[in-house]
Amino acid sequence: MSSADARRLSLILLFAPFFLWIAVLIVLPQLGIVGVSLREKIGPGEYVFGLANYSDFLGQPIYWNTLLRTAVMSILVTALALLVGFPVAYYIAKIAHRRSRTALFLLCLVPLWVSDLVRAFGWIILLRETGVVSTVLQATGLVSGPVELLYNDATVVVGLVYTVVLFMIVPLVSTLDGMDDSLIEAGLNLGGSRLTVFRRIVVPYAMPGIVAGCIIVFMMTAGSYLTPVLLGGKNSMWFTEQIYNQFITRYNWEAGATFGVLLLAFTSIVVWVGLRLTGQNLASTVATR
Amino acid sequence: MTMNVAAPQSPLLRWIYRGYLLAFFVYLAAPLLVAGLFAFNDSQFPSLPWQGWTLDWFFGEADPKVGLFHDRRLIEGLATSFKVGLVVSALSVLAGMGNAFLFERYDFPGKRYLYVLMVVPLVIPGVIVGISILVFASTIANGVEDALGWDWSLLRPGLPLVVLGQFSFLTTITSLVIAARLRKFDIALEEAALNLGAGRGRVLATITIPYLMPALVSAFIVAFLVSFENFNTTLMLVGSEAPLTITMYDRVAKVGSTPVLNAVSFVLMVGSGVLALLSVIVQRDPKRGTDD
Repeated sequence: MSSADARRLSLILLFAPFFLWIAVLIVLPQLGIVGVSLREKIGPGEYVFGLANYSDFLGQPIYWNTLLRTAVMSILVTALALLVGFPVAYYIAKIAHRRSRTALFLLCLVPLWVSDLVRAFGWIILLRETGVVSTVLQATGLVSGPVELLYNDATVVVGLVYTVVLFMIVPLVSTLDGMDDSLIEAGLNLGGSRLTVFRRIVVPYAMPGIVAGCIIVFMMTAGSYLTPVLLGGKNSMWFTEQIYNQFITRYNWEAGATFGVLLLAFTSIVVWVGLRLTGQNLASTVATR
Repeated sequence: MTMNVAAPQSPLLRWIYRGYLLAFFVYLAAPLLVAGLFAFNDSQFPSLPWQGWTLDWFFGEADPKVGLFHDRRLIEGLATSFKVGLVVSALSVLAGMGNAFLFERYDFPGKRYLYVLMVVPLVIPGVIVGISILVFASTIANGVEDALGWDWSLLRPGLPLVVLGQFSFLTTITSLVIAARLRKFDIALEEAALNLGAGRGRVLATITIPYLMPALVSAFIVAFLVSFENFNTTLMLVGSEAPLTITMYDRVAKVGSTPVLNAVSFVLMVGSGVLALLSVIVQRDPKRGTDD
């Protein structure tokens, strides 16, 4: 066997498992839910092709309201995560001393290694009526009775920002890390105010990191389940919860698959619009990760 | 403080900035601290007032304080999570290593698009990964049952499906981690060994794999942690045997919060902290593996 043949053979041997993985576990199942979403049940075990599931979705305001609500809240959470995370990332990348930089960065990553469930559980203990915050507020006399801080939108947003902010900070730190301080110095020497320098130099430089962080954070938020369900309670109205209910509780796979396709399509559109507006492309954004 | 053009110049602003950072880290730590701390409170409920320290929520044997280590369902969940985590991490490290070689060492048509396809599983929401695999596996199982009359329980909700579902996106993570290290490998090392008469297999076993070892270990640990903590995908695919996160969620949703769940949280945090530290240490030392 020549070495070219051997190389060809090893390419095939490496390509086969990759192809199996992507085809059998990713592409075909995704096409599968598209297929299920396009069939109508006309009797037990009898189906015809049609768009009824999609028109049902549009006909039920509670469904598309939930999707819209999930999208709006996810955009809000993404914006807040950027607002909260940017100063932290900037400090770690540009201001902290060498030694404290690694420590701060690792400190940021700690919650990443803790299950969503534990984090949500921690928030429950802090915020519920008999929780730590309520007790402390009563003890200091700031409020007269127990306060329920769970089960409202603000708490869901705070909890979601908490869950995702690290995924904003990591790409921001890695792009800001590459920025030379002399860029800032040059901007200041040329008479720019600190605000102008920030707006015209720092932000454009950090843009790939900002976009990468926003995409990850938005997708994670829109796809999250535990935080909105546990912190929002019965009124959370989160779209992934609808998918779960259709699939597991009602055993209506056609509706559940339709919701899944819609969630994926909807989030992809938001990401695409975001990329177009900021003039970035997916390949360069993926590369910064 | 040294002069740093990137930092705010007025002392007041600098203090405000530091105050903000402090507040941010308090925000990060607060839920984790209370989740862990109340495991040690000698009370029926994880709430104030503090009733004194106890280890009953770990080791207690009798009602009303059955500790984590005597809670059969939680221990079973822990064991299931371990089992799933070990299997799925081993599989995804193997597949990830193959993918790393494929994309770092070979050229083939459509490579750029296939690379994007390789990253895609990470951005698909976990719930959708779960339902898509559930639907696909059930379709095959139903087809087989209709055509041949076999009941393939392997493809019904249960641990094999959980492993498949987690494998489908963990492989992206392991591929990226391993490929990043393979990219830095000096191919001259392999060529030198080949010139000295070593066979391909021997070169792989004695030079390339040892070089990759830190990345392999680190990818394994990361995959194990992500698998252990996974909820969304697992929720859709789980059968009667449930991993720990599912058991714990059922407890929170049905029984409400009890300090034994704080004990679970504490153990999980300590466990993943140790593993995360381990993965950082393994990746830190750049010389490890090349000279042994």
